[in-house]
Amino acid sequence: MRQLLILSLSVLALAACEREDREYRANPVTSETEEKIALSPLSAGPSGPTEQRSGLGQQYEENAYHIAQGKRLYIWFNCNGCHAHGGGDSGPPLLDDRWIYGGQIENIVQTIREGRPNGMPSFRGKVPDDQIWQIAAYVRSMGRNVPKPAAPGRNDDMHPGPAEQRRPPGEVMDGGQIPPAAQMPQ
Amino acid sequence: MRRIAPALLLLCLPLGGCQHWQSVLNARGPAASTLAHMFWIFVSVLATVWVLTMIALLLALRRRRPEDADPLATNPTTERRMTITISVAIGLTLLTVISLTGLSYAAQKVLFAHKDGALTLLVTGQQWWWKITYEDSQPNRVFTTANEIHIPVGEPVLIKLESSDVIHSFWVPSLTGKMDAITGRQNQIQIQADRPGIYRGQCAEYCGLQHAHMGLIVVAESKEDFERWREQQISSAIPPGDEERQRGMEIFMSKPCIMCHQIRGTDAGGKIAPDLTHVGSRRYIAAGTLETTRGNIAAWIVDPHGVKPGVNMPTIQLEPDEVQPLASYLEGLK
Ligand code: HEC
Ligand code: HEC
Ligand SMILES: [Cu+2]
Repeated sequence: MRQLLILSLSVLALAACEREDREYRANPVTSETEEKIALSPLSAGPSGPTEQRSGLGQQYEENAYHIAQGKRLYIWFNCNGCHAHGGGDSGPPLLDDRWIYGGQIENIVQTIREGRPNGMPSFRGKVPDDQIWQIAAYVRSMGRNVPKPAAPGRNDDMHPGPAEQRRPPGEVMDGGQIPPAAQMPQ
Repeated sequence: MRRIAPALLLLCLPLGGCQHWQSVLNARGPAASTLAHMFWIFVSVLATVWVLTMIALLLALRRRRPEDADPLATNPTTERRMTITISVAIGLTLLTVISLTGLSYAAQKVLFAHKDGALTLLVTGQQWWWKITYEDSQPNRVFTTANEIHIPVGEPVLIKLESSDVIHSFWVPSLTGKMDAITGRQNQIQIQADRPGIYRGQCAEYCGLQHAHMGLIVVAESKEDFERWREQQISSAIPPGDEERQRGMEIFMSKPCIMCHQIRGTDAGGKIAPDLTHVGSRRYIAAGTLETTRGNIAAWIVDPHGVKPGVNMPTIQLEPDEVQPLASYLEGLK
């Protein structure tokens, strides 16, 4: 009887095993999400800014898979061409806490989708909606605005020194050679 | 006997799997032949050793000691016989180990021998497909394709291996052994096919969700066929001839597809996904996963994650009447 109890209790413990949900397959029929966060009230007077969230932002921000995909897409779609890796270049920096157009994930989605007047291109129709959310989640992670366990690590080539596992360039040997790209960063 | 016969038959069945386009035992190139020879030599030597050991063991089990023998008593003749037997056994063991080691080194010399060939390819492993660039001293003859390598029969071809994300491993069992593709590094391997044919390769280093669906094929053909293929791959895509394909092209150009895919000769210039300039001429799409037919292309575009869950191509919203023109446009890119 005791054994049975212990056994069933330990089986019960398995229920606590939970893996993060990875949603690979975006819903093919939903159209654009319509989040609205106005930066300032439209009318004069004491009413607060309108906010209309669907909770989707949180889903993306707390999901390591989405953020990691966003990191990949950030390079693929050449955001780093204008914003560098968050430090800013011709576009404003993204890893500080100063935002021209708002730093909520909904604002960032809006920025990417619609573009902004002083040189931020619009990606509407060029990047599917779910990927825009993924990129926005990654942008949020740059300033550590996402839960720590969900944030992706920094790339090897972004570390100030060579990564630990990176050996100094070895001798050229049979069957292998080291291209300049692999040499240690100065 | 009644039981043993079917069991034996069942044991032989897996051997039937060896005669296929992706098999180490079906060697079709010098490197793979060397490896296959090594395999058979090791198997036969080690099998002989195993059988002899088992026989000796069985004999020892069957022969019993006399009941009243004194275990400490020594008999000079037996002693001598024992010494000789054991010395011979040790000698044979040493000989086996040394010759097998020597043989391995000799085989490595063959495997890594560098032969001068006319053709150099840059193969980049990506999650979860292979990008293939045919290098040429004339920049306008360099071209990029995906997941399908063509080589002329009987010529050594140098393959430079790189990776853009994680470690992959290039393996075409019928032609060569494995070689890893590592980020920030370039490894090289030579392949050569001695007979025309189609050989399948596979990523051999676990690289994430769709590792199992990261195949490639190598088509070995005569020099003339190869040159014809190469000229055709160098050329830009032929503009669509009929109305449906024309519409398909317009759809392609107005969708996110162009952010990732390139079709040379059009506005689509994305460089991060397979080059689609001649996708219709390739035997498979999605890294050896689906045969290139109009239906499969349509299925892939509508739901890539149904075919390869987690793949780096997003589900893109299409109207129902857009799928057919798009698929027929892509299928026609021969
Ligand atoms: C052609 C250069 C360029 C590219 C490419 C580009 N941006 Fe921008 N981005 C800008 C500029 C310039 C601004 C400032 C716009 C303004 O002030 O009106 C900006 C603004 C932004 C902002 C708003 C910053 C704030 O303080 O509110 C975000 C977020 C942003 N970009 C993200 C991205 C992402 C993500 C990508 C890639 C999908 C991207 N950008 C690609 C140039 C670029
Ligand atoms: C975010 C980038 C991206 C976008 C956008 C994209 N694809 Fe892809 N596509 C990929 C990747 C990555 C692969 C390789 C998948 C694999 O085999 O692992 C691929 C593979 C393919 C293939 C198979 C090619 C081959 O030889 O294996 C076809 C056909 C294709 N895509 C068509 C399209 C069409 C049509 C669109 C637009 C509706 C599109 N793709 C949009 C990234 C993209
Ligand atoms: Cu792999």
